[in-house]
Amino acid sequence: MNSSERMEEEVRRWELQHRVKDLPEAQNELGRPVKVLYTPADTVHIDYLDKIGFPGEYPFTRGVYPGMYRVRPWAMRLYAGFGTAEDTNRRWKFLLKEGNHGVACAFDLPTQLGLDSDHPQAEDEVGRVGLALDTLRDMEILYEGLPLDQITTSFNINAPAAVILAMYVALGEKQGVPPEKLSGTLSNDILCEYVSRGMWVFAPEPALRLTTDIVEFCTRRMPRFYPFNIRGVLMREAGASMVQEAGFTFANAIAYIERALERGLHVDDFGRRISFFMATGTQIFEEAARYRAARRLWARIMKERFGARDPASMLFRFTGTVGGSVYRAQEPENNLIRGAYGLLANVLGGVQGMLHPALDEPFAIPTEETARLALRTQQICAYETGVTKTVDPLGGSYYVESLTDQLEEEIERVVSVIDEMGGAVKAIQRGYMQQCIADEAYRAALEEREGKRVIVGVNRFQGPSSAPRKMSFHRFDSMTWERQLRRLKDVRRERDQRAVQRALSRLEEEAKGSQNLIPCLIETVKTYASIGEIMDTLKGVFGLYQEPLVI
Amino acid sequence: MERRIRILMAKAGLDGHDRGAKVIARIFRDAGMEVIYTGLHQTPEQIVRSAVEEDVDVVALSILSGAHIGICRKIIQGLREAGAEEKVFIVGGTILEEEIPLLKEMGVTEVFPPGSPIDAGVTFLQGLFAERKAGESGHSEE
Repeated sequence: MNSSERMEEEVRRWELQHRVKDLPEAQNELGRPVKVLYTPADTVHIDYLDKIGFPGEYPFTRGVYPGMYRVRPWAMRLYAGFGTAEDTNRRWKFLLKEGNHGVACAFDLPTQLGLDSDHPQAEDEVGRVGLALDTLRDMEILYEGLPLDQITTSFNINAPAAVILAMYVALGEKQGVPPEKLSGTLSNDILCEYVSRGMWVFAPEPALRLTTDIVEFCTRRMPRFYPFNIRGVLMREAGASMVQEAGFTFANAIAYIERALERGLHVDDFGRRISFFMATGTQIFEEAARYRAARRLWARIMKERFGARDPASMLFRFTGTVGGSVYRAQEPENNLIRGAYGLLANVLGGVQGMLHPALDEPFAIPTEETARLALRTQQICAYETGVTKTVDPLGGSYYVESLTDQLEEEIERVVSVIDEMGGAVKAIQRGYMQQCIADEAYRAALEEREGKRVIVGVNRFQGPSSAPRKMSFHRFDSMTWERQLRRLKDVRRERDQRAVQRALSRLEEEAKGSQNLIPCLIETVKTYASIGEIMDTLKGVFGLYQEPLVI
Repeated sequence: MERRIRILMAKAGLDGHDRGAKVIARIFRDAGMEVIYTGLHQTPEQIVRSAVEEDVDVVALSILSGAHIGICRKIIQGLREAGAEEKVFIVGGTILEEEIPLLKEMGVTEVFPPGSPIDAGVTFLQGLFAERKAGESGHSEE
């Protein structure tokens, strides 16, 4: 009998002797059974050097960098933006003073949809869920006292991402910082908007042209800038399972890479600039294993499917956030605890940067107080718990390694299904991803109602203290709309109208052709043409999108 | 046959978060109600028009953008102008407790703030329509 047979024999003996079969059953997030105990017998088939390896080396299961948090902890950011550029500039300065490493910019809905603040549909939405940005003037005020060569910003914007990039470059020029020195991230992931959050404007094909223009321009001119940050987070928040989130994200990423390759770029020209943004729940081991699996699978996709040779192109680098949908309105303080566990899952999963939701997320955007608590949660984890001392502390765990294998298999299966449909765009046009997510959201809601999924203080252990309590929330300034309208009116009065018209006409001509629109957009935003005027011009050429209705 | 309760599930304004709208639409259907979903980015005028054209009993608005006060006011005004103010108008989403009295004063029939159980809408509508029916049959006996 060899040693692994002996191990299996011993496991069987232990199970029988202690009547392990009589213990309650458990399932993991994939719906597969979880054993009471994992032993070397569960990982004996895994070739360590081939499948697990070393951090910073293919297949990157243990981490994207050799030293991970020994070098420095993950980047701590807070998703922040509200009101006007002045309001957000003030909040950002506060957050940076408190120790955030950079900012993640939240735009209001009109901006995300490329509408000016004076658009009739914008009235009730200006400055609500993010900041209102109409022209380059707003961008100038937003970065007052924040030089672009010293700050990195992550912009959460997809449909008009090209306009925001153009403004950022134009502002850099005004501050004397050339595009080559600008750093930051643009989410630029329009496909996830069709699937989940609905912030689309154009149909997928013209939208993907803009996406690819951004990638091409950044690859050639902005080596320090991340031209896309591909997002599972919105799909997960809309209800996707952890496996669907990762699989759909990879399918979308594959679609973007294919478009960029069609432009004549090589995968190693921009592969190192791809990053991801994922949502994390409170199932610590599944989530940590999922990120280990995602690194391994992504490295393989980049190497084998796209022929990447530069190891830096193969890295699944991700920002993680505990999904706001994990939080509950009942006993909102409990969200601090949920957040802390999800955050730990991110860290054990080898996250590069984190946004952390504040405990009042179910109700409103955070106050300074709750934003500070969210940051403190990250800092306590990084500096008090010791989790940063060694790389991938769960590596080699019999349980986590077998979970990692299961997750890799399941995520790859989702990617294959989309491949068979002809890729992400086809799957989205058919409503496939949307349907999967709606089904999953419905299933989760029923599970919660029936108590199959325990939520403390909601469907278990609820008591009188579960009733809503008085909290003070972020107050929306009712003058925001007027303040922003005044600014936009002033800009429109002061700018050179003829220059604006000339720029917009040229943009229209170029949009009808096939050249890269970014240089033209940069010239256009410099005339203080507004985001609405620019997007309207493009709508005239590209048309609008009709969504397939899925319930 | 008894007429089923007809509901227009609406997403108003620019908000694209439709997880709640879609889940609740299915919950209404599970309870035997008819649901028509508007899709995203509807203006208050479009919602009123759909409500009238589809002859629904209930307009159910899901809104998570914080723009609910202004949008509800416009929908209610639109329903009045269309002579459809008898329609039940319920709203769910990121609404603060302290805003509920104002919304009801404006004419919103019921509000479902964060933390509402997913069946709350069904329970409310079944109760309301049972009451109305009892009221109607009460009148016919007189």
